[in-house]
Amino acid sequence: MQNLAGSLLLNPDLRRLRWRCRRGLLELDIVLGRFVERYAGLDERQKELFDELLDLPDTTLWDMISGKTPALQDDQRALLAIINAD
Amino acid sequence: MTISKRTFDVVVVGAGGSGMRAALAMSEAGLKVAVLSKVFPTRSHTVAAQGGIAASLGNVTEDNWHWHMYDTVKGSDYLGDQDAIEFMCRAAPEVVYELEHFGMPFDRLDNGKIYQRPFGGHMQDYGKNPVQRACAAADRTGHALLHTLYQQNVKANTNFFVEWMALDLIRDEDGDVLGVTAMEIETGEVMILHARATLFATGGAGRIFSASTNAYINTGDGLGMAARAGIPLEDMEFFQFHPTGVYGAGVLITEGVRGEGGYLVNRDGERFMQRYAPNAKDLASRDVVSRAMATEIKEGRGCGPRGDHVLLKLDHLGDDVIRHRLPGIREISLKFAHVDPAQAPIPVVPTAHYMMGGIPTNYHGQVVAPYKTGPEEVVQGFYAVGECACVSVHGANRLGCNSLLDLLVFGREAARQIIEDLARNPHPKPLPPDAAERPLARLARLDTQKEGESVAEVGDAMRHVMQAHCGVFRFPDLLAEGVKQIGEVAVRARNTVIKDKSRIFNTARVEALELDNLIEVAQATMHSAAAREESRGGHARDDFPLRDDVKWLKHSLYFSAGERLDYKPVRLKPLTVESFPLKARVY
Ligand SMILES: Cc1cc2nc3c(=O)[nH]c(=O)nc-3n(C[C@H](O)[C@H](O)[C@H](O)COP(=O)(O)OP(=O)(O)OC[C@H]3O[C@@H](n4cnc5c(N)ncnc54)[C@H](O)[C@@H]3O)c2cc1C
Repeated sequence: MQNLAGSLLLNPDLRRLRWRCRRGLLELDIVLGRFVERYAGLDERQKELFDELLDLPDTTLWDMISGKTPALQDDQRALLAIINAD
Repeated sequence: MTISKRTFDVVVVGAGGSGMRAALAMSEAGLKVAVLSKVFPTRSHTVAAQGGIAASLGNVTEDNWHWHMYDTVKGSDYLGDQDAIEFMCRAAPEVVYELEHFGMPFDRLDNGKIYQRPFGGHMQDYGKNPVQRACAAADRTGHALLHTLYQQNVKANTNFFVEWMALDLIRDEDGDVLGVTAMEIETGEVMILHARATLFATGGAGRIFSASTNAYINTGDGLGMAARAGIPLEDMEFFQFHPTGVYGAGVLITEGVRGEGGYLVNRDGERFMQRYAPNAKDLASRDVVSRAMATEIKEGRGCGPRGDHVLLKLDHLGDDVIRHRLPGIREISLKFAHVDPAQAPIPVVPTAHYMMGGIPTNYHGQVVAPYKTGPEEVVQGFYAVGECACVSVHGANRLGCNSLLDLLVFGREAARQIIEDLARNPHPKPLPPDAAERPLARLARLDTQKEGESVAEVGDAMRHVMQAHCGVFRFPDLLAEGVKQIGEVAVRARNTVIKDKSRIFNTARVEALELDNLIEVAQATMHSAAAREESRGGHARDDFPLRDDVKWLKHSLYFSAGERLDYKPVRLKPLTVESFPLKARVY
């Protein structure tokens, strides 16, 4: 769990997000933990959206990722598709 | 390093169901309460609980607390303390109604009363017929519980320290507990929280195993801190396993899959449960199925290159049945096992789920240890509740839905006890000069260590040793070797290196500090399991297949210093009723 790329050492945002990917649901720990390593490749809007997703309650977020309750916004759906592509 | 200091009446470590229930009562009583949590409170692991809260409301079918008590004592395989179990089962309806008043959105009957679901092990009339005893809020009981308690705590002015990690307990030379040293994860700042009462509610430690249903935060920090401060850990050999966690991930596949006709196969494609349980086959009870799986793996019939799992086959059910009758299973399988269950079987292993042992307490939440005059002397200023505590109401095996109940009953009771104790002790004892010495030394080591293994490497080694040597079915040769190997891993854990030495959100440092706690729990579990020569509840040994009440009707106490074991009697006498006599635990 410690692949410390050079960029990670410098980027405080990413460091904060990595910790926020620690959740109460194991499902999310795994999915978000995998995804956050690809965070650097997102555009600014997607980064903002990811931050917003992390503020959702665990159960709501998992329902969105697993497709039980589809996301409402288009750009959210697009980001979820990227998260689900892992 | 400079460290700041703040003083509170009470410091609570942990903002799951148990910590927040206790904090609420204390804040409402006017105490100045600090609650620390590694993650935002509503993201505590309690959020994962779906099944419900056990309470004999009798809203659907006739029920009473004495039947609930019987189920709990029997479920515990008679290792549960009957005074604490009586206390919990009697208080259950009250704490559920309190929660209803706090705004918990329970499922309801048409007449407006709380709806109750059936659940395995919940019986009427001393084990005769199933009863509906579980109170739930749809499939998100844990989420609703955390949300409700968090809102109430905000109203009651509880001081939350979010993304703060407690590092070590502060004890003075009398052995009294005076607070904790903690670190803010965002800044790396270290602070002493000085308090007249310290309550641990840090949850479980399922992450000591490679197969675990627990979230990554469940690293047994409370147990590690207690162990380092000289407090023993009780009944650590007892873990509850779920038979079907996804191999390599731990995410649960519900029993419903086997109910719909899914079955387990070994490397030869054999439906092996037919050999172990000719009638019930794959629908035999959790422990029977888990042990059969472990036996197949141990005897070389496991699947995959390492032969370390079995397969859950449901492709014969067809895509349609899987999609419609087993919602969510396809997604879990695709995401965590990378297989489409309509095409290929899902790799599964018995997976650690719940820790019955923990920090020894009495039923008032006071931590008790054999350190001056008797086996159960109160450690002044120190309390523990929830999964990190061993009251012991779960004994050798937890009854479903009794954990959330335990959080509420003992969270509330510990608060009552603390309020009473603090009325007698209006002034905090002075801090010892070396209050923060241990945690500062641990941090300094991580800052200066230049060579060594990575935390991930040592953590993997620990999880592998625990899984292979101390899993759901235990064998004498594996346990003996396991004691040796886990000792070696513990030495390696003292010598880890982190490359990132910075302060801001240093996840690597947090994980190194968590490993210190995990390894304490792993050692306690391995040593206690190797010593207990019987099978009882969650502890199943191949060489001692039966429960042995003559020699082993007693609680284990593991002391980290000297890796020493001691024992204390089970409290068989309830508070007001007759003791339930010992019987074989058959269902
Ligand atoms: C998948 C799953 C389903 C379950 N379903 C049910 C069910 O239906 N019914 C039932 O009764 N039980 C169920 N259980 C068991 C039950 O959910 C847990 O035992 C219970 O929620 C534990 O609550 P807790 O308050 O003890 O700890 P947690 O909810 O685990 O909270 C621990 C808290 O401690 C904090 N913490 C830990 N270490 C530190 C530290 N060093 N510094 C600061 N803070 C720290 C964490 O941040 C967190 O806030 C289930 C368990 C699992 C895994």
